[in-house]
Amino acid sequence: MPNKKLTEPQKEYQKLVKQKRPRVPVVRNFIASFMVGGLICVIGQIVMNYFMEGGFSQKEAIAPTLASMIFIGALLTGLRIYDEIGEFAGAGAAVPITGFSNTVVSAAMDFKREGFVLGMGSKMFLIAGPVLVFGILTGFVVAIIKVFLVG
Amino acid sequence: MADKLRGIQSVQFINPPVIIGVGTIVGPKEAAGPIGDRFHQVIPDYLYGEDTPEQAETKILKEAIELALKNGNIAPSAVQFLLAGDLLNQIVSSGFAARQLGIAFLGIYGACSTIAEGLSIGSMIIDGGFADNIVVGASSHYQSAERQYRYPIELNIQHKATSQWTVTGAGAAVIASGGQGPRVTTATIGKVMDMGTKNPNEMGPAMAPAAADTFIRHLQDLGRSPEYYDLILTGDLGNVGKQLFLTLVKKNGITLNKYDDCGVIIFDKGQRSGAGGSGCACAATVTFGHAFKELEAGNLKKILLVATGALLSPLTYQQGESIPGIAHAVSIET
Repeated sequence: MPNKKLTEPQKEYQKLVKQKRPRVPVVRNFIASFMVGGLICVIGQIVMNYFMEGGFSQKEAIAPTLASMIFIGALLTGLRIYDEIGEFAGAGAAVPITGFSNTVVSAAMDFKREGFVLGMGSKMFLIAGPVLVFGILTGFVVAIIKVFLVG
Repeated sequence: MADKLRGIQSVQFINPPVIIGVGTIVGPKEAAGPIGDRFHQVIPDYLYGEDTPEQAETKILKEAIELALKNGNIAPSAVQFLLAGDLLNQIVSSGFAARQLGIAFLGIYGACSTIAEGLSIGSMIIDGGFADNIVVGASSHYQSAERQYRYPIELNIQHKATSQWTVTGAGAAVIASGGQGPRVTTATIGKVMDMGTKNPNEMGPAMAPAAADTFIRHLQDLGRSPEYYDLILTGDLGNVGKQLFLTLVKKNGITLNKYDDCGVIIFDKGQRSGAGGSGCACAATVTFGHAFKELEAGNLKKILLVATGALLSPLTYQQGESIPGIAHAVSIET
C-alpha cells in the first residue's frame, strides 16, 4: 500500500503549494457551464417539440430526441468541435447526453488506431464505462427502495 | 580514485565534451509561441504524414537526430552511441527511431528530465574515454502523451490552470571529444524527491522540490554561486512550479536574477497551455533551440540547465501514490 501519511516537511510544502496555486475562476466557470448546458437543453427541447409536432406523444418523443442529441454530440466530436465546447463550458458540456456521446466517440476515435476489435471495440467505453456501471447500479438501488417503500 | 567527482552528486569534466551539432523540431503550437523562430524545423501538423501520433513522434525524434548529425557535420557511422528517451511506455519512440538510425543505442528514462540525463551520461562516456562521438536526444508529443497519461484527444475536458501542455517536438545534440562549439562542463545527478503532491494536474509543484534540491546541491558541490551563470533554466516547472522553485531556493538564501523556465517561455499566456509547457521535448528544444542560439550569438556564455521530470505513471496515481520528481543539472559553457 502507498504511504498516504504526509511527513511534516511534506505538509509544510503542500501549504506552500496551496498559496501559489492559481485561483479557479469559479464564477466564470459557473456562468459558462450554465449558459452552454442550458443552451444544449434548449436545443434538446426544440428537437423534442419537433417530434411531438410530427405526431409523437411526449413519452414517444423521448427516445428519438435522445438519439438525435447523441448524434449531434457524436457529429461535433468527429468534427473536432466538441472538445472546444468542453474546454469553454466544463460540466455544461459534459453533463448533457451530448457529453456522454462525446466520451464514447472520442475514445472510439482515439483507439481505432489499435484496430477495430482490440482497439476501438474494447476501449470505446473507457470513459463512459463508469457512468454506465454506477448509473445502472444507482438505478437498481433506487428501484429496490421504491418497491419496498412505495410498493 | 574518482578524480572527476565533485562533492556528493556532481562531476566536473576534465576534457569537457563539445556539443558540435544540435537539431530541434517542434509542432505548430510551439512555433506560434514567443520563441517559435528559435527552432530548426517546424512540422505542419500533429501527425506529420504518419497514421498515429506515436509514429509521428518517432519520425520527429529520428529527424531531429539526423538534423543534429547534419549540423555537426558528422556521419551516423562515426557516432558510437545513441542515448535517447521519451515519455511513452517502454520508450518506444526512441527505440523505434534507433531502429532506423543504425547507431548503437542506450535507452534512458528520466521523464521530462531525460535530455539532461542523456547529456550527463553522454559527457561522462566521452570524458571517460569510451567514445568520441555520441548523440543524445529526447522527444514528446502532445497527442501521444495525452493518450497515455490522460484522456482521448477529443474528450470534452476543461484544462486546469495548473496543468501543463506537453510540447510536441524533439531535440538532439551530438557531443564529441573534440571540435568547435559550447562545452558540457559539469553535471549534477539529482535525487528523487517526493513532497507529497498527488494531483497529476500539478506536475510543476511535484517537480519543484527536486529542481531546488539538485540546483542547491550543484552550487554546493562545485562551490559556485548563481552569479556564475548567465542563465539558469529549469526544465518544465511551468508558472506555478517556477514560483515554488524560487520560494524554495530563497529559503536557502539564494535569490535568482537570471533565471527562467523552459515551460514558461515556450508558450504565451494566450495559447491555452495552462501553467506552461512540459514533456521531454520542452527542455530539449528550448535548450538546443533557443538557448543555443543565444550561446552561438555570444549573448550567453554560461548556462545551467536543471531539467525536471515527474516519475509517475497513470497507474501509480490511480493507486493513490504521490508523484516523485527528479532533476538533473548540466552546465554548458562557451
